Amino acid sequence: MNRKLNMEKISGYGVFFVLIGMLVLFSFIAPHFLEVNNFFNVSRQICTLGIVSVGMTIVMITGGIDLSVGYQISLINVTCAWLMVNAGVGTVPAILTGLLMGTGIGLLNGIIIVKSGVAPLIVTLAIMNTLNGISYIISKGIPIFGFPKNFSVFGQGNFLGMPISLIIMVIVFILGAVLLRKVYIGKYFYAIGSNEEAAKLSGISVGRLKILAYTICGLLSGVGAILLLSRTNSGLSSNGAGFEFNVITACVLGGVSSNGGKGTVFGALVGVLIVGFLDNGLLLMDVNQYTQLVVKGLLMLIAVIYDTQMRKKSEVVKKVKSINANNEV
Amino acid sequence: MGDNILELRDITKLYPGVKALDHVSISFRRGEVHALVGENGAGKSTLIKTVSGAIEPTEGRICVEGREFEALTPALSRENGIAIVYQEFTLVPVLTAAENIFLGEFLRKGIFSCQREMSELAKKLFQRLNIQMDPDVKVGELTTGYQQIVEIAKAVLKNAKILIMDEPSAPLTNREVEAMFQIVETLKAEGVTIIYISHRLEEIFRLADRVSVLRDGQYIATKAIQDTDKDDLVRLMVGRTLKETYPERNFTQKETVLEVNHLTGNGVKNISFTLKKGEILGFGGLVGAGRTELAALLFGSAKIKSGEIILRGKKFDPNSPNAAIRNGICLVPEDRKQQGLILEMTVQENLTMAVRKKLSKRGIMRESDSREFSEKYVKDLTIRTPGIFQRVKNLSGGNQQKVVLGKWLGVDPEILIFDEPTRGIDVGAKQEIYKIMTEIVRQGKSIIMISSDMEELLGMSDRMVMLSKGRQTGMLEKEEFTQERVLNYISEVVEDE
Repeated sequence: MNRKLNMEKISGYGVFFVLIGMLVLFSFIAPHFLEVNNFFNVSRQICTLGIVSVGMTIVMITGGIDLSVGYQISLINVTCAWLMVNAGVGTVPAILTGLLMGTGIGLLNGIIIVKSGVAPLIVTLAIMNTLNGISYIISKGIPIFGFPKNFSVFGQGNFLGMPISLIIMVIVFILGAVLLRKVYIGKYFYAIGSNEEAAKLSGISVGRLKILAYTICGLLSGVGAILLLSRTNSGLSSNGAGFEFNVITACVLGGVSSNGGKGTVFGALVGVLIVGFLDNGLLLMDVNQYTQLVVKGLLMLIAVIYDTQMRKKSEVVKKVKSINANNEV
Repeated sequence: MGDNILELRDITKLYPGVKALDHVSISFRRGEVHALVGENGAGKSTLIKTVSGAIEPTEGRICVEGREFEALTPALSRENGIAIVYQEFTLVPVLTAAENIFLGEFLRKGIFSCQREMSELAKKLFQRLNIQMDPDVKVGELTTGYQQIVEIAKAVLKNAKILIMDEPSAPLTNREVEAMFQIVETLKAEGVTIIYISHRLEEIFRLADRVSVLRDGQYIATKAIQDTDKDDLVRLMVGRTLKETYPERNFTQKETVLEVNHLTGNGVKNISFTLKKGEILGFGGLVGAGRTELAALLFGSAKIKSGEIILRGKKFDPNSPNAAIRNGICLVPEDRKQQGLILEMTVQENLTMAVRKKLSKRGIMRESDSREFSEKYVKDLTIRTPGIFQRVKNLSGGNQQKVVLGKWLGVDPEILIFDEPTRGIDVGAKQEIYKIMTEIVRQGKSIIMISSDMEELLGMSDRMVMLSKGRQTGMLEKEEFTQERVLNYISEVVEDE
């Protein structure tokens, strides 16, 4: 048992070492990487990724997945931008609308998945394309800009010398950790992802909790979307394109299992930092966008293979253990 | 009768074509350990499922502490203090023992769960059951025995007045069984009624106050434990006339096809036997005795740890099912719907599954050959199907099994391993499967037959090997076959060295 615990710990640290190694490497080969300004930059850039990753972590722990987060962001960006620019809506109502939209889409995802019994991958894939279409219909593919001045505070402003968006992200991470570790519902999320049948037989309302997980994920997509819009100052349908890929890569890198029942928000945070600094480092080295895609694709592949191998290994360990137990004196 | 906590009155359960329970009436006294015995298919599981509320009896009444019910639901059953320790555990591996015990009803302050309080209470519960266990360890890291203790603790926490244990000792080691016995005794001393189902008669004599026997869905007798003995129980369990007839065969071959020496791995240990040409070698044992696991070793779907297999005089190491099939060993699996067939495919597609290459020319399947091949087997095996393009899922169990057989006969194997060849097949089709098996061995092929059906084992086998808990406990020649001997061997408590 002790050996296994150690193995798990080391594999947890493994990703951390990858992050450190990457930071060291980039500080030597990527120009301006080590500058304070760059770190502030990165921290602003990864906020949306980080916040949405917390939601994704929760969904993945219950054994699900949400592919629609990227286009949720697009649609919310475009809608809020349209409201502020074309309908003259103020900053606060626009933000509230954005958060409400995210929550609603998440709720919808959850209800469809639970009530229809269709695989989350397929449901959210369909929703993802639908949202993409709607966002183009609203924006006609043209960027919408010219927001009220105070709107940019969230993505660009500082509070006590710290980027506001970074503070929001830290708060979301702390809330996520408290939810998963201290709130009873968090443990039920793990129970559902690990052994749904057992959860059901123990009287847990599995369906309702799954819907809740997708709803939280949607709400956090809304928060992330507002920060992104506020930072880029431009509502564009392509803002969230492919974003789900970064989120899932970060989660899997951070040890959130694609099979459910396993993962922490701090693991996800490490994954987010890896993806964030990788993007930044490659950009500083002037590696083109398409090469970045190749690198990230391979990275995700390695992470999932590693995850599956670890699971297989622990199953073998368990089997051998039970045989040994059967044969022990 | 005031001290009867649970009375079952005239419980009947009909399934299409089967009477699973036939007017069964049993009373359980408060605070007793009441064992329920019977062969596979005697109706024990069906009976306890009516008590747990998992199924609704067709007729009869269930009376819990004087309250009468026509049927219970799982929730109603729980409310009335009935708890079940399931054979397959309902635990969440990533949560701790304490969290599992409280799963579904976490202690909490507002929205926060009270880890420490739950842990404390679980610890007290373990102490009450006289168990040393850390409530904060993750269940996935516990051995099967401790997992079961968590499962029992979960039931006890709900203040169960009646605890039903279905084959609780099956997955446990001897030491773990001992710990489990102590828990049962502790609970009994606290006045909990325990309904204990087990095939292992030794355990029943050790634990039970009374024992009830079921046979073929009928109630046979209830006896106080001091008024009965093992032979008496076995007689009550098996006392019936044979319903099947088995084809006559004269097995005289002496040539050895397969020799297995000290085979170990996949949960079985030190198995040795020989298989002769044209022989049906029966494998008897209880569920979990390791027979299917042994078959997996021979078929190359599990890793061999030590020991050797000698096939036709040459050492043979089946490292994949593909290798086994190429060397003439085929497996007709226990779960034909999952492992034997592709239900959505047609009869022809399933029949030709293993011989695709043979029926193809330069990688392209020749339709006419495939059709001819399929029609031959449909005719030879009398597979009743509207046509070879019928989807296999629409066939009856017996005909599905024939399709699995046809698939393998096409490869012309030397050794066929049958895992529960007639499970879930009606009587008429059983006879046909037996005839086919007889025909197979008449052609000089050999059969290894794993079966939990006592009559089938006795009727079809030429020799028999008995397993218990992954060990070989006995070997019988045809003239030594009796139900009592087999039962004794398969329920033998294997002493750990």
